[in-house]
Order: sequence, then C-alpha cells, then structure tokens
Amino acid sequence: MIAHLPALQVVIPLLAAPACILVRGRDLAFWLALVTTWAAFLVSCLLLDQVMASGVISYELGGWAAPFGIEYRVDALNAFVLLIVSGIGAVVLPFTPRSLLIEMVGEKAYLFYCAFLLCVTGLLGVAITGDAFNLFVFMEISSLASCILISLGPHRRALTAAFQYLIVGTIGATFIVIGIGLIYGATGTLNMNDIAERLPQTGYNRTVIAAFAFLIVGAAIKLALFPLHFWLPKAYTYAPSTVSAFLAATATKVGVYVLIRFLFTVFGVEFSFEVLPTAFPLMLLAVLAMFVASTIAIFQDSVKRMLAYSSVAQIGYMVLGLSLVTVDGLTASMVHLFNHALMKGALFLAIGCIAYRQASFRIEDFAGMGKRMPWTMAAFTAGGLSLIGIPLTAGFISKWYLILAALAADEPLIAALIVISSLLAVIYVWRVVEAAYFRKPPPDAPAGEAPLSLLIPTWILIALNVYFGIETSLPVGVAEHAARALMGAGP
Amino acid sequence: MSVELAMAVALLGPLAGAALIALFGRRPNLRDGAMIAASVVTFLAVYRVLPAVDAGGRPELFLFDFVPGLGIRFVVEPLGMLFALVASFLWIVTSFYAIGYMRGHHEENQTRFYICFAIAISAALGVAMSGNMLTLFIAYEVLTLSTYPLVTHHQSPESMRAGRTYLGILLSTSIGLQLVGIVWTYGATGTLDFTPGGILAGKVEGWALIVLLFLYMYGIGKAALMPIHRWLPAAMVAPTPVSALLHAVAVVKAGVFTVLKVAIYIFGVDYLSETGASTWLMYVAGATIVIASVVALTKDNLKARLAYSTVSQLSYVVLGAALATSWSVVGGAMHIAMHAFGKITLFFCAGAIMVAAHKTEISDMGGLGRRMPLTFAAFAIGALSVTGLPPLGGAWSKWYLGLGAADAEQLIFVAVLMISSLLNVAYLIPVAARAFISEKREGDPVPQPAGAAVAHADHDDEGGGIREAPMFCVVPLCLTAVGCLALFFAADDIAAFLAPIAQR
Amino acid sequence: MVDFVGLYNYWIVVFLMMAGLYLVIEHGNLVKKMVGLTVFQAAVFVLYITLGKVRDGTAPIVAEGIEIYSNPLPHVLILTAIVVGVATLALGLALVVRIREAYGTIEEDEIGDQDGPAI
Repeated sequence: MIAHLPALQVVIPLLAAPACILVRGRDLAFWLALVTTWAAFLVSCLLLDQVMASGVISYELGGWAAPFGIEYRVDALNAFVLLIVSGIGAVVLPFTPRSLLIEMVGEKAYLFYCAFLLCVTGLLGVAITGDAFNLFVFMEISSLASCILISLGPHRRALTAAFQYLIVGTIGATFIVIGIGLIYGATGTLNMNDIAERLPQTGYNRTVIAAFAFLIVGAAIKLALFPLHFWLPKAYTYAPSTVSAFLAATATKVGVYVLIRFLFTVFGVEFSFEVLPTAFPLMLLAVLAMFVASTIAIFQDSVKRMLAYSSVAQIGYMVLGLSLVTVDGLTASMVHLFNHALMKGALFLAIGCIAYRQASFRIEDFAGMGKRMPWTMAAFTAGGLSLIGIPLTAGFISKWYLILAALAADEPLIAALIVISSLLAVIYVWRVVEAAYFRKPPPDAPAGEAPLSLLIPTWILIALNVYFGIETSLPVGVAEHAARALMGAGP
Repeated sequence: MSVELAMAVALLGPLAGAALIALFGRRPNLRDGAMIAASVVTFLAVYRVLPAVDAGGRPELFLFDFVPGLGIRFVVEPLGMLFALVASFLWIVTSFYAIGYMRGHHEENQTRFYICFAIAISAALGVAMSGNMLTLFIAYEVLTLSTYPLVTHHQSPESMRAGRTYLGILLSTSIGLQLVGIVWTYGATGTLDFTPGGILAGKVEGWALIVLLFLYMYGIGKAALMPIHRWLPAAMVAPTPVSALLHAVAVVKAGVFTVLKVAIYIFGVDYLSETGASTWLMYVAGATIVIASVVALTKDNLKARLAYSTVSQLSYVVLGAALATSWSVVGGAMHIAMHAFGKITLFFCAGAIMVAAHKTEISDMGGLGRRMPLTFAAFAIGALSVTGLPPLGGAWSKWYLGLGAADAEQLIFVAVLMISSLLNVAYLIPVAARAFISEKREGDPVPQPAGAAVAHADHDDEGGGIREAPMFCVVPLCLTAVGCLALFFAADDIAAFLAPIAQR
Repeated sequence: MVDFVGLYNYWIVVFLMMAGLYLVIEHGNLVKKMVGLTVFQAAVFVLYITLGKVRDGTAPIVAEGIEIYSNPLPHVLILTAIVVGVATLALGLALVVRIREAYGTIEEDEIGDQDGPAI
C-alpha cells in the first residue's frame, strides 16, 4: 500500500470523479467527494512524511521503467505542492453544499463534484509526475475541469470568463506542449530527470533555447505572471466563491511549481540563469506585477475582483523570490506559495460566506458588514492582515523571508520594493475593512451570520494562517529542503 | 506570585479585562467595574516585577520561536520597567476618568471603546517588556491597530479622515522603514535581542549605519519626529481619555521608548557617540522641538495645542537618545515618566473643560478658572511641569538632558532646550492665566452662529451654569497633578534606578 | 536554400500555428475563435508527427527485411493530445451554446456591451 502511494494520490480522485456521476444523488456525491479529497490529503501527508524521512520517491507507473515508462517522482518540492493542493481541496470542499445552493442550481451538484475531483486530479497529477508530456496532459485535465467550475458562477458573465480562460489556458498549454516537443526532438526523452541529464551533452543549441522560451511563456500564462495575467481577474471574479477559493489557492501555485520545475530541474540553474539572462526579466515582471496589480486592486469597486488582482500581485512575490536564484530566494518563494494559498483561500471563502447573504460584492455594499456578519468579517479582516503581512500571521513569515533573501542577495532596492508594495496591500485591504466596520449599513441590508458549514472551513484557514505565522517549521523546513535540492546544493 | 507569572499577568491582565468588558457589554456598571479591576490587577502585577529589576535581575518570559533563533521573548530591564509602571498606573487613573468622561458626554459604542483601550494597554506593556526587536515590533503594530477604532470612535467623516492619516502614517512608516531596518539588522547580526552595549558594533559601519538609524528613527512613527508628526494632531479627534492616556502616554511614549531601546540596546550608546551616526538626528530632534512649539503657539484649539506640545516634548527623548551620553539617555528615559504625568494632567483638564463647559477653544476659556478652580489649578501645575520648572517633575528630566548636551559638547542643544522652555511658557501658561485673571467683559462680542437663539439663552446664564466636571473627572486630574509634584522628589531614586541602562 | 526548403515541414507548422493564433486573436466570433484554436493545436500535432519521421523509415510495425522505422512515440503522444484537443473543442462549443442562450449573440463586442460594471 505504502509503496503505491504516488499512484494512489492521483488514482483515487480520478476514479472517484466518474463515480460521482454514477451515484447521482446530491448528498451521496458530496460525501464521496469529501471522503476522496480527505483521502488524497492523507496520502499527500504520508508522502511528505516519507520524502522528508527517506528522500526522493520514484514510482514506475505500471511497472515500466523510466525513461520509457512514466515515472512519478516525489521530492520535497512535489510533496509540498501536493500537500497544498490536497489540503486546500479538503478544507474547501465542505464549504460547497451550502454555498452551491445559493450560487447555482443545486440539482446537478453531482456534476460539480465530478468536475471538482477532476480538477484536483489534474493539479495533483501535474505536481507528482516526472514525465514532461504527462504533465501537459494533467495540466489540460485540470484546466478543462476548472473551466467548467468557473462557468458555474451565478452571473452569466461566468460563461464568458470561462470561455476566455479556456482559450488562454489552451494557448498556454499548447506553448508548453510545443516546448516539450522541441526538447524531445533535442534530447529524445520525456522524463524530466533524464532531460536534465542529457541537456548538457546535447549542448545548448537553438532548438533548446526555443523550447525554453515556449515552456517559460506557457508556464507564465498558466500562473498569470504579469502581463499575461488578463484572464485571471475575470475568472476569479465570476466563478463561484468556492471555486475562486480553490483555484486561487492551488491552480496558480501549480503554475509556479511548473515554472520552478522547468527552470531549476529540467533546464538547470546553469542554463536558465547563466547561459540565458532569465533572472532579470523575471524579476522585472515580478516587480511590475507587484506594483501594477496592487495599484489596480486599489481602484476596484468589487471586493472579489480586488482579491483577484491581489492574487496577480502576490504571484509577483513568488516569482520575485525565485528570480533571485539563491537558496534563500527559492525558500521564500515556496514559503509564500504555501502561505498565500492559506490567505487567499481564507479570503475567498469569507467572500463565499458573504455571497450567502447578498449577491453584490461591491465595496459600498460592504457597509456595516462588521455588525451584520461579525464572524465572517472578522475572518476577512484576519485574512487581510495576513495578506498585508502583519506579524503573527503567515503573511509576515513570507515577507520576512523574502526581504531577508533580497538583502542576502545584495538587492536592497528589491527589499525596499517588497516593503512598499505591501503598503499598497494595506490600502486595498483597509478600504474594505473601513467600509465594513466604520460605515453604517443601509437599513434594508441583509443581516445574519453565514451557517456554520461555511464559517468553519473559513476559520480553519484563518487559524492555519495564524498557526503558520507562529510555528513555521513545516513550510520553512520543507521549502528549505526543496530549495537546496533545486539549487544543487544537496538535500 | 513569581516574577515571571507577574509578567504574564501584566500582559494578559488587560486582555482578560477586554474579554470581561465584552462579556458585560450590556451592563455598564459591571463592565466599568471589570475595567477598573483589570487595571488594578495589571498595575499590581507590574509592581510585583519592580523589586526584582531593582535588584539587578532581568526576569524573562519566553513564549515560542518564530523564525529559528528568534522568538517572542519578554525581558524586563529598568527602562521598560519605568514605562510599564507609568503606563499601568495611569491606566487606573484614566479608567476612572474615562468613566466620568464617556458617561458625561453620552458617547456611543462605549463597550468597543473600552475593549480597544484595554487591548492598547496590553500592547503598550508588551512594548515595554519586549526582549527583542521583533517582539517589540509586533506589540507596536498591535498598538497601532488597536488604537485605530479609538481615533475613529465618532465614525464621522472627519474622524474617518483622521483615522486614515493615523493609520496611514503609522503603518507605512513601521512596515516601510522600521521592518526593513529590523530585517537588515537581523541579516547583519543574526540576532535581534536587546543586548546592553548594542549588537551592531563592528557589524554595520559608515554610511550604512546612518541609513539604518534613519530607517529606525523614521520607522518609529509614534515618536512623531517631524515631518511624520501629522498623525498625532489628527488623532485628537478621538475622545479625550484616548488623547490623554494613549496620545500623551501609551502610544507616543511607546514610540520614544522604542527610540531609546534601539539607541541603547541595538546601536549601543557608545557606538553611536563614537561613530557620530546620530548627529543628524540631534538636529532633526532639535528642529522638531522648536518648530512644534512655535506651531503650538498658533493653535487656538486646546487639544491641538497640547498635541503639538507633545510632538515637541517627544523630541526631547529622541534628542536624549541622539546625544548618546549617559546623562542624556537617563534624562530621556526620565522624561518619559515626567512628561507623561504632566501631559496627562493637561489632557484631563481639557476633557474636563469640554465635559463641564463644552469649550474647546482657548479664546473662549477666559474667566473659567473661577468656576472650575480645581481643574485650572491642576492645569497650571501640569503646565509648569511640562515647562520644566521646579518643584515639579519636568524640571529634572530637562536638567539631565541639558547636562547630557553639555557633556556631548553640543552647547547649541542647551540653547534649544532653553528656547523651548520659554516657548512652553508662552503657549501653556496663558491658558491657565487667562482662565483665572481675565474677566469676561460685558458686551464682549461672542462669536456664535446666527439664529442660534437657544444657544444664546444658554450662553447668558453660562456663568452661573458651569460647575466643576463630575468627580470621576476631577479626582484623577488632581491625582496626576499631585503626581507631578511627587516626581520632583522621587527623581533621585528614578535616576538611580535607571543608572544601569547608561552604564558603559 | 536547401536548408530552407529541406525544412519545409517546419514552415508549414509555423504557418498553421500563426494562422490559428491570428484567428483566435482577431475574430470576435466565438466559434471562429474555437476554429482558430483547433488549427493552432493541429499545427502542434503536425510538429510532433514530423519529429517522429525518420528519413527512409517506414511505419513502425515489425516486419522482415526492414531496418529503419519511424519513431512511434510522437504518434502515441499526439493521440493523447488529439483527445485533449477534442475535449477542449467540445467544452468550448458547449460554452458558446450557453453564451448564446444567455446573451443572444456570440459576437464578443456585442456581449461586452450587455453587462454593467463588475459585481
């Protein structure tokens, strides 16, 4: 059983997805999906434990040895991302039944669970596989499934948002597949570790450089790196809140994982950053993302859209960390990957609680929310503080490591920019907080707290935000381990 | 009760108080009783720590590690002890005063007010007792956030605007500058513990040291160095108990306290004076002292005048840190206590005048002294103490600061201190003097809104209608005025108590 | 010149790819966008197939007397990619149907005009 954990990680949700359709019943499908995501979470916990204890796990799917068969390869980085994806899935799913009733038709909910599980499968698959082409397939599974999920949003604009997501996502994925094809042409293998070994021998010819460009651009589209982020705000704004929470916390994170994997493992630090000048453009785009997206977020009237733009800005931090090309920078990047999943997940879930009471997410309709939905708003505020990076929240840890990494890399300017951009976060978070707590609600505003089934998942994530703001050994330990491995400094 | 337990009680007492206040929110008497009980318990707990520190001990409370090797740690040393004592003692006094004021003024949302107040006190004590810079930073931020609802208490557009200025300046300086300084320090030295003699010596040098000092000094927005002092006058829209305890004592003193802590335990007094890195800071502090005093002269609103006076007085402490001599550091530390008592008295009086006579402008206060003799007598004492005349506490801190300036051979700052004292006289004494001496002349044109017939009728029998404010207001302000007097005689003990922080 | 012509398969790929991408970006009609996307993907399929071709090789079926086979792996990969492409197309068209139901049009500009500010 233990030996087959890597396969189970993907196979469990993959098989449960069609099962959801077979059982039909709304509640039955929900429980099935719930058990599945929790099982997936358990598996990823076990995997992480195993990796940290005994090093890289290599699993040959169907017994075909790599590089001919597909290899599932779990090192610290994979296990870390797996944990984020399955963990967020496990927390978010209990949120759906009540949220679904409000935000979309409940009758066909089993289809929702099917798509949700497929999305989880895809994301987990991307994170676990050691085969480049397999990665593309899983990426498309997750992308198509999340497209369905987005289109279920309550407003008809969800449809156009989903359509745009489909087009852009497919272009991104196709770029990646071109890159993979060219690499295959150059090296004759698809196993990522194998590629990494063979690339230095084939030499860095033009084919490889073209493959590199296609892959990086494709990944950048997938992770919504500025200025390729345009699909993201719309998709997150109009998707059902559960979906926004899940995707914001996982999908872009997996995108960042793909970027890290290709830059550091497949092409290697030497080629990515010494032969080609990749670090500076990435750093520039990251800084631009931090500032431009944060500034746009400040001027949003819709809170949900504001959070979406804030996601684009936060992705900037992650890319910034890795663009420093140091162990510290990568560590900071991955720690933020983890922490941002927690905070954005919590914030979007809080939005979901609000959606339970009112359809509008405009700031003026948040007036008096602190009195109308005290627990929800308290959660939102706590999540917002984490987003800003107030001490004792996870966000602070991210900022701390990022600034430390920037200073250690002799980039005091970058450190200053990180700080200044987090002040922009203060502004956009505070606009909402101010409206909610210091403005009188209109007399006919709906009041009343969201049901517990919505509040508990939200508060679990908030509690994790605080917990990982204090006890940092898990994310930091794993991230450091992974960063050392990626930088080739040994585990 | 062990000393460590007393520290925990001191930190958690206000929080427990906040919880009780929330619990009894609907029963005002019980709620206010809970607040007073919490304040007394907190003070006693702080007091319990005093003997240990006096005997040379440095009681420590370790919570958890945050980033490896860097955790939430509380350590009490003399400077923090003094600040904690002042803050917790004045909280008791202010609690009584706040009850009188808030009820006398019929303020809304009193429960939220008291809760945030208690959290702010806990944060101030956290600042006082913090054992490393990170703990201090966290408590500092909690203090900022918990006082924001107090500033915007009235929820009017005006107070919202003030609240934004308040939060904007304090948060942006602390995150934008102070945090960078802290991370830099950690990166350079690998520790943030407050260590006698400083941790930076030999690690950061030359221009970098000056830049780092800049990051800290302007990162500590609560010390209100010009030009980042704007938040303090803005905060005056808050109810007077807030202005009194928080914006004359807890918040601003947390700022200058942090300045001293950083100067003494992070940079090290000797290192600062050897390298001369703090020379620029002396001039900024000196300029702030003089300019803020001049601005105070031009303000007719009593609370605004007091606010600028506070800005000026805070820079005394910063100057003490910047001069970096043992005299000046002790003087600066002492000034925290001396000014706290003086300024809180003045604010209490301003609030009492507002409650009893509904007056906020100084020009309207002529002749009021006869109706409210106790209040204005206390005001006079507070004013003299802030000015620095014997036999009041404020005299000693200025004396030590002056000695420090002479010691550092910066005679110009002796002059600055003198000019400032003169300006203090010019802007504070007339308030009391007019209240007692100037008679409200018959037929004096009184500015008032046209058509306000009712107001006019009120005004006519105003002379007879004004009495002293309620007992809850008057007793505290008399107490603090007496405190100013008592501090004059306690100065020797305080100096002896503080001596360890200036040891070379 | 020989190189130029000798790589004609890549030129076809590049042409198809650009044509597809242009359709996606240029056209406001959602169905035409899907067509463009499909052409774009098809170009990639062609790229993979040509990668697998070995000069003078035959179909990779083991038979007597044949020494050189084309590489079968790209074909297999592309089978998968085609499935993905079909799924994408199906989903895209389904969305177009729903958009048409909701808005009464499948022209991007006309859809954009119908909605107010963000919720």
